Amino acid sequence: MNNKIKRILPQLLTILFVVFVFGFFTINAQVNMDNRGIDFGFGFLSQEASFDMQFTLLDYDGQDSYLWAYVVALLNTLLVSFLGIIFCTILGVIIGIARLSQNFLIKNSAAWYVEFFRNIPLLLQIFFWYYAALRALPLPENAQPWFGVTYMTIKGYYIPSMIWENLNVFISCLIAAIVAIIFIRIYAKKIQEKEGKQLPVLYMSLALITILPLLSFLMGGVTLDFEIPVLKQLAQTSFIYEGGVALPPELIALVLALSLYTSTFVAECVRAGIQGISKGQKEAAASVGLTPNQILKLVIMPQALRIIIPPTTNQYLNLTKNSSLAAAIAYPDLVLVFAGTALMQTGKAIEIVGITMLTYLSISLAIAALMNWYNKRIEIKEK
Amino acid sequence: MNLSLNRIKSQNQMTNIYIGSALLILSILDVFLNSFFRINISGSLPGNLSIFFPLILGFLGLSYLRTEYSGYKFLDSLNKNINTNNFNAFLTLFITFAILKAFPPALSWMILDANISGDTKEACTGTGACWTYIKVWLKRFMYGMYPNELHWRINSAFLLVIGLGFVGYFFKENLKKYLALYYVVIYPIIAFLIIYYLISGGSFGLVWVETGAWGGLSLTFIVSFFCLIFCFPLGMILALGRRSSLPAIRYISVGYIEFWRGVPLITVLFMSSVMFPMFLPQDFFMDKLVRVIIAITLFEAAYCAEVIRGGLQALPRGQYDAAKSLGMGYWKMHIFVILPQALKLVIPGIANTFLALVKDTPLIFVVGLAEIAGMLALAKTNPKWLGFAMEGYIFAAIIFWIICYAMSKYSYNLEEKYKTER
Repeated sequence: MNNKIKRILPQLLTILFVVFVFGFFTINAQVNMDNRGIDFGFGFLSQEASFDMQFTLLDYDGQDSYLWAYVVALLNTLLVSFLGIIFCTILGVIIGIARLSQNFLIKNSAAWYVEFFRNIPLLLQIFFWYYAALRALPLPENAQPWFGVTYMTIKGYYIPSMIWENLNVFISCLIAAIVAIIFIRIYAKKIQEKEGKQLPVLYMSLALITILPLLSFLMGGVTLDFEIPVLKQLAQTSFIYEGGVALPPELIALVLALSLYTSTFVAECVRAGIQGISKGQKEAAASVGLTPNQILKLVIMPQALRIIIPPTTNQYLNLTKNSSLAAAIAYPDLVLVFAGTALMQTGKAIEIVGITMLTYLSISLAIAALMNWYNKRIEIKEK
Repeated sequence: MNLSLNRIKSQNQMTNIYIGSALLILSILDVFLNSFFRINISGSLPGNLSIFFPLILGFLGLSYLRTEYSGYKFLDSLNKNINTNNFNAFLTLFITFAILKAFPPALSWMILDANISGDTKEACTGTGACWTYIKVWLKRFMYGMYPNELHWRINSAFLLVIGLGFVGYFFKENLKKYLALYYVVIYPIIAFLIIYYLISGGSFGLVWVETGAWGGLSLTFIVSFFCLIFCFPLGMILALGRRSSLPAIRYISVGYIEFWRGVPLITVLFMSSVMFPMFLPQDFFMDKLVRVIIAITLFEAAYCAEVIRGGLQALPRGQYDAAKSLGMGYWKMHIFVILPQALKLVIPGIANTFLALVKDTPLIFVVGLAEIAGMLALAKTNPKWLGFAMEGYIFAAIIFWIICYAMSKYSYNLEEKYKTER
């Protein structure tokens, strides 16, 4: 009896406490909103947004609804995160491997790179790139081309855009190639398990992924044109580039800062992963007669990845959450557009901040769930 | 590649070493003279060749120098460390030349061509950095808009708080058992009172300074300090809650932790500044700074909880069983057996959380609190001082870098220390 009370009483008190806090907040919110004449509801989402965005991936103008503004802003957030993740992975892997180099200079340069970028607050790094470094770039009329056709200017990075004809044919060819590769891999594995024979899967995959899309150009009527940005004079002293794609400086600063900052953490994950594999593994693999390539592919990497991937995903998640710092330099991401402009205009603080937080929360939880599934899958199955 | 280079090598090792060092020294000299004195020895070479000239020379030199064993200590360590193969030799040269090339411009911008004299923008005439700007604005960067003549209040408050933080070291043996009580309960309260009465003022004959005027680096310290001392106990409770055998408590803790870990800090700050006032009673006013501190504390507590949970999980089951078999209850077991050991394990992790907290505090700029990033933005847009954003951000970066680097080194040392003790 006594034991039962001991178990139930703390739980009851905790639940009461939580209910009390929530109830207190809800009642206050009710009173406050009544006094200010605001009513709770999500009806505003279908109203006209009537604000503009500097940079969008999808078509958007002021006449679209708040809901559409939300979608467009969310896509901007995802674009920054996606680019940041790609660059931070590339940089992080290189730096992480460099930290394990035998070369004294390389090892130390990589270590200093990590120490340098890791210990400066991300917000300051973003500000540095945006307000100091990118402002030192030339004006459009003075810009020298990079790689002949791209222009890095104070107003952004101008790159050629691609104009496709029959893009869907190309994409379906690409998908077909990927599906074929998956089938070949499965088949090759079966063959290897049955007969011990190894098929040249890599070469076959490479051939497929180049030949099939190439065929679509030759026979499927797919064409690809590049629209190269051209300098255009707007007024006496005002120039812009027309045509092509313009990446705004906000995006560049954000991606630069995010990927440099996060790459240091990815580098540490990679280093820890590779260091976590004992030397005996490599020697054992060599003594059964595997080639160096096979050792890396079949013995080292599967084990190192098991250590590397979970913390790295965590870093990707951090990067995605940190991309919300975009609001500080006015890149139209979810926080700036929705929790900033839209909130200002509608005054629906609770709904809008709630939606914004829920969006990030669901991204995080989705990735966490995926991670748990992956961890379960790659777990060492002990007998 | 290797083969063909070996073919041109002489059979005599000494000749190889002489040729190699001559080539290597020549290539380094070329880059050095070029970057420090703008003398271009290889300038007469056609086109792009002059850029690659030192690289090629150095590469040849290093491959001449590469031998199994030469008997010279310096050469052997060179070969072993930076010249093991062609690829390494190339990277070595590349990094050396990049440093040699980048050093003089950076040096002249930072020091040689920089200005620090004078009090106005006009004093900055050189092509280098304008440290005058930092000098003039230094008080603002440090103390925000806090009145100049009252800065002693911030300084003395900080000194007092730091001094009290060390009091624990001087506790007598019989007082040691109150150490945790002191740091978890008494110290935060005293620190809060000191900061409230000294920095805010309003009583004891001190002028009231509203929190809107607080700013600069001192605000960063105040915010991180309070969040730091409040988030730790909260995180401990949450970690225990997550490990609890009572389902309701466990699920509430899990929900809390996962919620705060899943949202970015910036939305939490937005929540504290625009949404939270709606949740408070009508005539109840809470200062923005207090709201922000509460928000960051709630946010960081979730991260703290996860770190502490790691420590709790790392303890062997035997510790729990042993404590229970002595007849200890839940609280007795945790306070006297589990937590002292678990917290020792997680000190490095906690230090890392605090490091992240310090790096996160500049974010409060987004909700309009003028800590150092805010003051920089203000100074940058001042019409008298346009165009010195670079100096300002480099200054702030250096300060934060020193703080964070020291913290990370300290946490690394702690980690090493506790590693050996186990």
